[in-house]
Amino acid sequence: MLTDVRALIGCYLRIALAGFHRYATYRQATVAGAATNIVFGLIRVGILAAVYTAQGGGSVGGYDLTTTVTYVWLGQGLLSIVEFWGGTELTNRIRTGAVVVDLSRPWNPQAALLAEDTGRAGFAALARLVPPVLFGMVVFPFRWPDNPWVPVLFLVSALLAMVVSFGARFLLSLTAFWLLDSRGVLGVYQVVSSTLAGLEIPLGYFPGWARTALWFTPFPAMLQSPIDVFVQHGSAVALLVHQVVWAVLLLSLGQLLLRSAVRKVVVQGG
Amino acid sequence: MADAVTSFGTYRHLVAAQVRGQLSYRSSFVLNCFGQMLAQCTDLVVILVLFSRVASLGGFGVRDVLLIYSLAGLSFGLADLVVGSIDQLPTFIRTGEFDVVLLRPLGTLAQLAASDFQLRRLGRVITALGVLGYVLSTSDLDWTVARVALLVVTPLAGMVIFSSIFVAASSVCFWFIDSRELANTVTYGGSYFTSYPITVFTGWLRTFLAYVVPGAFVAYYPALVLIGRADPLGAPTWLCSVSPVVALLSALGAATVWRRAVRHYRGTGS
Repeated sequence: MLTDVRALIGCYLRIALAGFHRYATYRQATVAGAATNIVFGLIRVGILAAVYTAQGGGSVGGYDLTTTVTYVWLGQGLLSIVEFWGGTELTNRIRTGAVVVDLSRPWNPQAALLAEDTGRAGFAALARLVPPVLFGMVVFPFRWPDNPWVPVLFLVSALLAMVVSFGARFLLSLTAFWLLDSRGVLGVYQVVSSTLAGLEIPLGYFPGWARTALWFTPFPAMLQSPIDVFVQHGSAVALLVHQVVWAVLLLSLGQLLLRSAVRKVVVQGG
Repeated sequence: MADAVTSFGTYRHLVAAQVRGQLSYRSSFVLNCFGQMLAQCTDLVVILVLFSRVASLGGFGVRDVLLIYSLAGLSFGLADLVVGSIDQLPTFIRTGEFDVVLLRPLGTLAQLAASDFQLRRLGRVITALGVLGYVLSTSDLDWTVARVALLVVTPLAGMVIFSSIFVAASSVCFWFIDSRELANTVTYGGSYFTSYPITVFTGWLRTFLAYVVPGAFVAYYPALVLIGRADPLGAPTWLCSVSPVVALLSALGAATVWRRAVRHYRGTGS
């Protein structure tokens, strides 16, 4: 029994490692991606700094200028950890029927995909989170955390953000079992998710009713929460609990949906 | 000349065939088109939220910014519709399919543009047109023949400028196959940049995205003429209405870059 569990954990670890290596192979793409994140960061800083110029300094939505600039660089770095725009692989495998192979493997498909995504995110944390944040630290005023636990909590929160994002993408991909092609659904999700998660403007800028409504969705947990943990805006515990709740909720829903999808699958020719 | 005419005819046939194909999956098309409309809408939401916090951005009020945003969105949307499928270029190079493109007696660029023509990209144009219509009908603009002509020419010139940006930026893939994302800095980044008055930005970022990549000529300068304002940055008045000339020069530049890039191409060898 114990050896079984150990074998299973070892198996997921190897999948995660494979996920890490898979993305680490494309060095040129990584450099190009990080450079692109930095240019977009500069455009975002320009637009948001103009808000403070027009306003004559002070704070907007609980963020002062330094916090806003820090927010931009953290967001640009977290972007590739969270991965709003990728992840159409599963839906394509469902559409083509290749998913049958995944379902017959001796592990839980959701856990295996999550392990792979964690490996991917691990590489992104090293190669894509560090460059924009470092750039922001050196070139712009930066809001440093005032105690050493904050960066640790930030990393935990970033991991949770990635899990929540994975959970949402996994759920939407599964709709392909019923819709046959969920690219449209995923497309709409990709378009709105980053803005609702707080990529372009801090969610604090939104009017009060919109902020309240957003906290009932998983979106803030994908980007705004880790940033708020880092810049110490709001209670870190509340932010982390919100993330954990959404992570558990989305993963369990995914597991349930997967089970009913499996009952539905008919293998052609089998 | 006759070559260009035949080439255009073939292009039209290829595009028409794809459009027929896409329209036969009605619900999928509607959903995809809706996604594109929404993509343009999220940028609009960002602008509106920013203006809920401030009265002006870079010295311009919400109507002026919306005018700039809609002209930029229209230009980008049309360019994306016409040449957007050029982002498939790395796949063509990697798989060696570009060999086939070179063998056919048709222009390489037209073939690539027609390779994955997506009518759904009209969604962006629809949103931008809606906002443009709203701004023009609710603003008190002084209409002259010259201004009406400018309003018609601006999206077309902007379309040519953005198409040139798409082509020139994608050419980089012939040298650096995995650097596709870098092209996004001037295509999607350019679209982001041109949606705001250039006075919002500063330093080399403004110099680069407004003049080297001629983003200022897409929407900002024409909008200044339409609302009858002098450039706060001190550009002479004539510079504000030379967008068509800039468009022509961009197209020539992009064509030169593309030809050099294609000559650089070497097949995959197997």
